[in-house]
This record gives sequence, structure tokens and C-alpha cells, in this order.
Amino acid sequence: MSEDPASSGTAGRRPGVPDMLAGGTFVALGVAFALGGRRYGIGSTQAMGPGFVPVVLGVILAVLGAFITAAAFRGGDPNDREAADERGPVPWARGGMLVAGIVFFGATIEGLGLAPALFVTTFVAALACRGVSPLKALAISVGLTVLCLGIFVGLLQLRLPLLGDWLGG
Amino acid sequence: MDLSGLALGLETALQPSNILICLLGVTLGTMVGVLPGIGPTATVALLLPITFNFAPIASLIMLAGIYYGAQYGGSTTAILINLPGESSAAVTALDGYQMARQGRAGPALATAALGSFFAGTVATVFVALFAPPMASVALKFGPADYFSLVVLGLVISIALASGSTAKALAMIVLGLLLGTVGQDLFSTGVPRFTFGIRELYQGLDFVSIAVGLFGLAEIIRNLEHRQTHSVIPTKVQGLWLSRDDFRRIRMPVLRGTAIGSALGVLPGGGHVLAAFTSYSVEKRMSKHPENFGRGAIEGVASPESANNAAAQTSFIPLLTLGLPVHPVMALLVGAFIIQGITPGPNVINDEPELFWGLIASFWVGNLLLVLLNLPLIGLWVRLISVPSEVLFPAIIAFATIGCFSLGLNPWDVYVVAIIGVLGYFLIRWGCEAVPLLFGFVLAPLLEENLRRALIISRGDLSVFVTRPISAVLLSLALVALVIAILPAVRRQRDAVFSEDE
Repeated sequence: MSEDPASSGTAGRRPGVPDMLAGGTFVALGVAFALGGRRYGIGSTQAMGPGFVPVVLGVILAVLGAFITAAAFRGGDPNDREAADERGPVPWARGGMLVAGIVFFGATIEGLGLAPALFVTTFVAALACRGVSPLKALAISVGLTVLCLGIFVGLLQLRLPLLGDWLGG
Repeated sequence: MDLSGLALGLETALQPSNILICLLGVTLGTMVGVLPGIGPTATVALLLPITFNFAPIASLIMLAGIYYGAQYGGSTTAILINLPGESSAAVTALDGYQMARQGRAGPALATAALGSFFAGTVATVFVALFAPPMASVALKFGPADYFSLVVLGLVISIALASGSTAKALAMIVLGLLLGTVGQDLFSTGVPRFTFGIRELYQGLDFVSIAVGLFGLAEIIRNLEHRQTHSVIPTKVQGLWLSRDDFRRIRMPVLRGTAIGSALGVLPGGGHVLAAFTSYSVEKRMSKHPENFGRGAIEGVASPESANNAAAQTSFIPLLTLGLPVHPVMALLVGAFIIQGITPGPNVINDEPELFWGLIASFWVGNLLLVLLNLPLIGLWVRLISVPSEVLFPAIIAFATIGCFSLGLNPWDVYVVAIIGVLGYFLIRWGCEAVPLLFGFVLAPLLEENLRRALIISRGDLSVFVTRPISAVLLSLALVALVIAILPAVRRQRDAVFSEDE
């Protein structure tokens, strides 16, 4: 993936904060997997239970996360600090719209069918981009929906219902 | 050298339908590879569902075509607008973009194409030479050896990656853990981490993971920027190389091919390392090192050849050991499995047509790329100006339809969202996405062989150090890990990766 040089973030120097967040995430996920894995039965090395590998890996992840967090208190990775300086703020609203669009697709593809679900998803995704008016987003989503229906249903003959049960399709 | 295999392969690859499929693959690959903000891995992941209806050989020829087509497209953007499609093309951008600014975009593109073609052709022969003996060695591997091999592969992929070793390790482990989601098929069929959701019993789909990490996370990252920067690509004229150009690129192409072929088999970043290494070798050997970075044609020829040679030889570990060394290879593992074929040493004997056909198709594909892309370059250039407000929704549309159509399972779509968000934040906090994908893909192989080995040894952990093959592989892994952690080596490696940036 390309590192884009054009970002214009002016966030101040926050030594080690990204490392702490990353480390903390790893610790949380590691502990969660280890605790969850215990329920499936660890077994012994001779006859491993389904939980053995998740528990071991979860513990390793938590330890690595703790190490990363600890190292962060000593100042963190200089590369990350530079990277953090270059970046803009987290695009909560726009990113959230993209994610919501994807979740909407998953939730309604069976009920609404491909055409309406795809239309809404691409509309929301287009609206999430900078400087896009609702009218422009409408044009983009109509165009993309027609294009994708053409490719996936027309050309590739994927058996996806165009209109779902909710719409009597 | 066993020529009958290669002959069989050419016969397969030269069937009109397969040529057509290959053409479609490289064209699609180039097209999407040229689009800014989407690299080869995301391209292959997005286009993967399209190929599932094809026969196995056609599907793999097309996916491989998409892969090197996308790399080719990435080099084109690197040269024309200084926007490398992936890390290995970053080296091409150094001198390629300078050449373009001096009005020599045409020769730069032609050099990239011809260098790639030559390197691809030679490296294909290497694959044909080395893959069969490797496969027969691999057939002697027991479960313990396989476990150690996977460990070695994972560790080397960290050692070659840039950035923090601890974070890369953590990403691998997280990937391995995500790979355990779903029914435990090895013993009891207990569903793990499924939260009672039946749709998750088959595990997370690797296409969803890849699309989330390399598609959605990347798009959210792009939304960070306040303004979308529009680029006006340079006009391309005069594609042909002068006699002097040919003389200058001859040796760099040869050296690049050799370096790339050798380093391509390394897991994790062999192709990136190959591009960087060959560039610095050329710079060191040149009588005019001061020209590098200012539009030296050698600086385009050598990394492009190395990059493409590595792209071909990176199929050796995949086809002989079932070990993916590049994120795209990791996706191909999934493609193999969906087609009902387990990638590994048996492929060469059980599916000779597929094995050799795929290898021969590399050559066909590279030839098609030269024939296609030089005349069509003007068309590709126009794609660069596709605005992001069209491109991003299009990627989202392809991602959602593609993932849903895999198994008509809405959870494959939700996983894109979940992994995309998780991946976005982890990448923002300085982690890399590639190790996670490696871990995820290799998780079943690792767990299955670990458990099988320990059943055979009756729970005796020493089996991993008493079996000679396993012991050697594990000690290599240990050495690689120590090297990755040593501060002196780290500094040098960081220097390699950030040289002249």
C-alpha cells in the first residue's frame, strides 16, 4: 500500500501513544481469546483440546501487547511518531458511514435484494467522500448499481435475487 | 531439466480459452492496479470471487494474471505520478518519476515492460527447474517438520518487514487467532469463538479479511486527508528505447533478474527486498551513482526486473510447500482450497496440468502485458484520474457483493466491516496488515500439524528438535528472529527500506 505524502495533519508530538493503544488492543484481544479458548477444553499436549492453541496464542498475544505497551512508556517508536504527525484526525463520521453502508448491505441483501441494498450502500459510501453533494452521490450510486448488476448478474450469472422477499421479489 | 512438464504446461497455457482468460486477468489486473489507492493484494481479493465459477486451472491462471498485471499497473502509476501501487514499486518511482518529469516517461515505461518480460521469462525457467526437486523434498516432511516450516516462514516474514518486530509478531499472532474462529475440524468439531452464530461455523473467510484490511481500512485511511489531491499525469510520447538506452539497461536487467529470482522465495517481503537490493547494487556498480534518483534508466530497469523475477519465483514455495510468501500468494492458497486442491508438494504429481499450466501461463501473461500495455498506455493513464468519490464506492460495492456471493452468507460481509475497522486502527497505530493476513492463512496449517505431530509423538514436545528437518528449520527461525531483533541489523534494515525516500 502506498504511503500517501499529502496528508496535512498537525497533531502535536505524542510520544508512544499509538504504541500504547496498539499494545492495549493486543492485550485485550489476547486475554479475550485466552479466556474464551479455556471454555473449549485445553486438553494435554498428547491430546490437545480445541482450546489449547487459542489459549496459548492468546497468552502470547497478551504478553506481546504488554511488552509493546511497556516499551511505549519509554518513548515509543520514532517512525510511528513521524507517521502520527503526518496524519489527519480519525474520520469518525465518514468512516462510520462506510462501515454503516457495508453492514446495511449484509443485513438487507436477503430481505431487500441486490439492487436496493447495493444502491443504498453505494449512495452512503459516495456521500462519505469529501465534497460530494447528495445529487452527485445519487448519480454515482445509480451508475455503480447498474454497472455491478451488469457485471455480477448479467455477465457472471451469480444467483443473487435482484429484489428480495420483503419487496415481493 | 524435465522439459516434458514445461511442454505440457505450454500446451495447457496456449489453449485459446486459457490465453483469453490470461488476457482478461492481466487486463483487469493492470486496470485496477493503475487505479490509485488500491494495490495488488486488494485487487486480487476483490476480483477473486469472479473466478470461482471457472475451472481450477482457468481460475488460477486468471488470478495469477491479475497479480502480475496489477504489479505492472502499479509500476505505471509509480512512473507517471510518483504513486507506487505497492512497496516494491516505490523503488521504481525514484528514477521512473524523474524520467517522466524529464519527458522520458515513454522509455521508462518501455524499460519497465521489457525488463519485467525478460525477468519473468527467465524466472519462469527457474520455477520449472527448482520446483520439482523442492516438491520431492517436501514430500518427506512430517507434521513436525511442517509445523516448523510454517514457524520459519512466519518469522522470516517479520524479519523482512519494516517497522517494529514486536508489533509484527503481535499481528501474526492475532491473525493466527482469527484463523481459529469456526469449528475445530481437527478433532471434535467444537465451534470456537462463534458466539452461537451458525454462519461463523465455517470460520472467517479469507476474502473478507483481505478486503477488510486492504480495501476498507485503506479507504478509511484515505478519508483522513482533508483534500483529495487531483493528479495530472504526464503525457507519454515516444515509447521506444534508443540504442544507447538498450546498452545501459542490459546488465541491470540481468543482475536484477538474478537478485529477484533468488530473493523472491523469501517469505514476507522478498520482492520488496529484491527491488531495493538490486537498486542499491546498481547504484554501487554504476560509474555515475550521482545520476540515481535523477532519472537514471538503470534505476528503473533493475528494480523492475528484480520485482518481476521475484513475483514469479515466489510461486515456488507456494506450489511446492503450500507456503505463501506474498500476501497475494496467501489469497491464492484460499483460491486453491476453494477449488478443492490443497496447495503443497502433491500438486505437481496430482495435478501436473495445473502446475505446469500455471507456470507456463506466467510467460504467456508477461508476453501479453508487453503487447497490450505499451500500445494501450494512454488508456491506462486516463484511469488514473478516476475521482475517489467514484472509486471508493465502487470498491465498497465490489467488496460487499464479492464477499456475499462467496457463500451467500451475510456474516462474510459483516466481517469486512469488523476487520476493516480493527485493521484501520491497528495500521494507524503503526502495525502492518500483511503479517495478520499471513497468520490468518497459515493458522489451520500450523494448528493441524502441531496437533498431529504431538499425537504421533505421544505428547512429547521434543519431537520438534529431535527430528533433523524440524530442528534445522526451527534453528533457522530462531536465527531469523534474533537477527530481526538485533538493534544493529534493525538500523541497517530500516536504512534499506527508507533509502532515498
